[in-house]
Order: sequence, then structure tokens, then C-alpha cells
Amino acid sequence: MTAAVNSADALFLIFAALAVWTGWRVFRTDSMVRAAFLLLASFLAVAATVTLMASQFVGAIMILMMTGEMVLMAVFMVMFMMNPGGLMPMQMVHQQRFALIVSVLVFIALTAMILLVDWQVHTTQMPEDVTYAIGEGMMQEKMLVFLAAGVALLACMIASLALALHRGRYDRYGDRLERSRPVDPGWPG
Amino acid sequence: MSGVTAIPVLLIGLAVLVWFAASLSSVFGAMLAGRPVGLTELAVPGRGALRLLLKERSSTPMPDALLWRLGVVLVFTVPVLAAVVIPLAPGVAVADLPVGIVWWTALMALLWVGVFMVGWGPNSAYPMVGGYRFIAQALAYEMPLAIVVITVGLLAGSLRVSDIVAGQEGGLWYALWAPAAFFVYLMSATAQAFWGPFATPIASDLAGGVRAELGGVDRLVFTVGRYAALVVAAAFAVPLFLGGHHGPLLPGWLWIIVKTLLVLALLVSARWIWPRLRLDRFEEFAWVVLIPLTLVQLFVVGAIVLLRG
Repeated sequence: MTAAVNSADALFLIFAALAVWTGWRVFRTDSMVRAAFLLLASFLAVAATVTLMASQFVGAIMILMMTGEMVLMAVFMVMFMMNPGGLMPMQMVHQQRFALIVSVLVFIALTAMILLVDWQVHTTQMPEDVTYAIGEGMMQEKMLVFLAAGVALLACMIASLALALHRGRYDRYGDRLERSRPVDPGWPG
Repeated sequence: MSGVTAIPVLLIGLAVLVWFAASLSSVFGAMLAGRPVGLTELAVPGRGALRLLLKERSSTPMPDALLWRLGVVLVFTVPVLAAVVIPLAPGVAVADLPVGIVWWTALMALLWVGVFMVGWGPNSAYPMVGGYRFIAQALAYEMPLAIVVITVGLLAGSLRVSDIVAGQEGGLWYALWAPAAFFVYLMSATAQAFWGPFATPIASDLAGGVRAELGGVDRLVFTVGRYAALVVAAAFAVPLFLGGHHGPLLPGWLWIIVKTLLVLALLVSARWIWPRLRLDRFEEFAWVVLIPLTLVQLFVVGAIVLLRG
């Protein structure tokens, strides 16, 4: 093993530890915003480990996606929370017994998988263009998974918006959508 | 010269451009107000910075100090980190990553986190509303911006910034291949720096919004960070749309400077030309007009790439 490999391994371990630590802190804080940003920090640390495994594209796209995701949570906070502003402390854990059982079971299952699966050691040459290879892999055999996940996410988005909106397009454009200009509060029209 | 040795060049260049943008904005303001414009405008940014440095930093009752200070630091560092992929001269960049344009987009997205933290931290109503406003604005500009960046990547067949510059060598600039994309990029870049017509997160109707409770050095770092976001967006337009260092007669690095200054001047002037947009109207415009427009541009570019073979 060369020194370069060792330093990459060390960086990997540091970021992995950071991901676990910030992930744990998510549930130890009493501020919803801090919880969201700790979770983001955890995801960013995971993105760093992914980047260290020569998947720069997945790493960079994870930064983008997770940042967008966590910031969108702030919008959902406005839509659904009693107290979207202010620094009122709130409990980040609930249904503790159920959650404990589920998390222990998941931990056992994942650990068993790590230990029992016969992991293939990478012997082939690394592809010339990793991003291209990932894209090909995703767009071919994994396409169905992505499509299904996309439709599910879209359904969730529409449902949550329908729950939160108090003015839809029929309020803005009339019952038969007959107005050419929408009527919005505070806007002459 | 590349890699680590280019870091000082990048930092000095950013500092000079931030100073240039602030002075130019002051010049435009003086011209519109009918004040005589002189060389003293060049001293305006430095004078403002000194004044802020001499002031005490402000505080509020029961702030979330960690997020507040971290947010100010993020608003300043994120544009600098995003700028590492920008070519400074032919073949010179701090890090010419194979996923350069994705890196830039991803890093600039962290600006949302920074601005939101600055709004949330002081435990004060107006900054918090300003922070939420920036997120609502991000919902409007980010999708068109991401599609535009993908369009450029598609034209070049690569995510690496130097490949994108090379793709425009001896041919048409990508601003001409994809004019709608270039227009939307300039608009989104202005919104990303919440500048001019998109300055709603720091608007006067919120008593200064996100920066209402910022004072002293915090306000200085935040303001410089915002200018840096504008500068980095202008500088990134050059390799993406304007052929990078390519151009007749002048050496490559000079072309980069000239083009960057022109784009920056255009973006700065938007503050003095356009009225501030109502956020809900921009939101609707972005989703109903800009996203379909950029998608059509993406399909047209895809057809061009297929036909060219």
C-alpha cells in the first residue's frame, strides 16, 4: 500500500465518522432547523466518501440534491408547522419504543448483509469515464426503479401541495378557469 | 501554472472584481441620481468596508449564534469554492474537475443554506422572512438554471469546463447556439445573487430582510459574499457561453478579463434599470414560462448535437 492510498483511507474514515456523528446529533438537538442542517451535514459527509470512491459525479450531484432537499424542508415547515419561525425548542424523537425496535432490526439486517454477502473484489480496469458508465447503468437496467421512484415522489408532492394550499387555480382563474388574468390578493386585476 | 499556484490569482481576481462591481454600482447610482460622477466612486466600496469594520457587530436576544455566524461564513466561502473550476487563462484553473459544471451548480446551491441560516439565526422576524423569501426564489430560478447548465454540457458533450471552452474553439459561441439558455442563465445568475430586481430577500419592505440584524464585520462579510456570488456567476458565463479565452488579436487571459467585466457590468446595471420583481409573480413566470422555454432549448440543442453527429 502506498502513502496516497493510506491518506485517502484516512479521509474516508474521517468523513464516514462525521456522517455518523452528525446523523446522531440530528436526534439530540431541540431545534428543527439545526436538525435539518445536521442531516444535511451528514449527507454532505456521505457525498465526500462517495467522491473519494472515484464517483465525482455522484458526489457533486449528492451535494446539489441534498442541499435542495433540506432547504425544501424549510418550505414544508412554513406549509405545515404551527410555529415555522422562532426558536421554540421541540422534541425531535417520538414513538421511541417502535423506532428503537425498527432501528435495531435494520442495523442487524444491514450488518448481517455486510458480513454475509460475498463481496466481489474489483479486479477489472476502472472505466475510462466513470460518469458515462454510471449514466449507462442507470438508464438501462435500473430505469424502472428510477421511473417508479419518480412517479411516487411526484404523487407525494402533489398531495402535500393539495393539503397545504388554501388557494388553488379555481380561486385564481374562476370556477370554469374563465379569467384570462388571475385574481390574487393584494394585486389589482 | 495550475492547481495550488492559481489560488492566489483566483482570490486576488475575485477581490478586484468585487471591488469593481461595487464601484460600478455606485457609479450607476450616481448617474441616475444626477450626481457628478468622478474617480471618488472608486473609493466608495473601501470607505463602506472601513466603516463596517469600525462598527461593533450586533447581537439580538437569544439568537442561534452558531447557525447565524456559520451562515455569514457560508455566504462568503461558497462562491469562492464554486469558482475553483473557472478558467483564469488558457489551460489555467485551480481545479479543472471532470464534473466542473455540476460542481459549480452544487456549490452555489449551498448559498441557500447560508442565506437561510443568516435569516434564521438572529431570532428576529424580518430576517427570517427574508430567508424564507430566498428559498422561494431558489424554487423559481434553480430549475431553469440547472436545465441551462445541462444544455451547455450537452452541446460540449462534457461536464468539464475546459472541454466546454474547447468546444467553442473556431466555431459559434454557445450563447449563439442556445440564446434562450444564455438569457435564462443571466436572469438566474442575478436571482442567485439576490441582486437588483431579485433583491427581495434583503428588500427595504422587510427593513433590510436577511441582513437587517447584521452589523459590523458580519455585515461586511455577508455583503462581500453577495458581490462574490454575482462576480462568480458573471465569470462562469464566459467559459459556458462566450467562448472562454477564444478571441482574435488579444491574448487569452485578456479576453477572459474583458468578457467577464462586460457580463459583470451588465448584471450590475440590472439593479439600476429594472424594478424589483414581486416574488410570487416571478415564481409563476419561472414555472410557466422559463422552465418550458429552457426545456425546448434543451431539445433543440439535443437535435443540433444529433444532427452534427
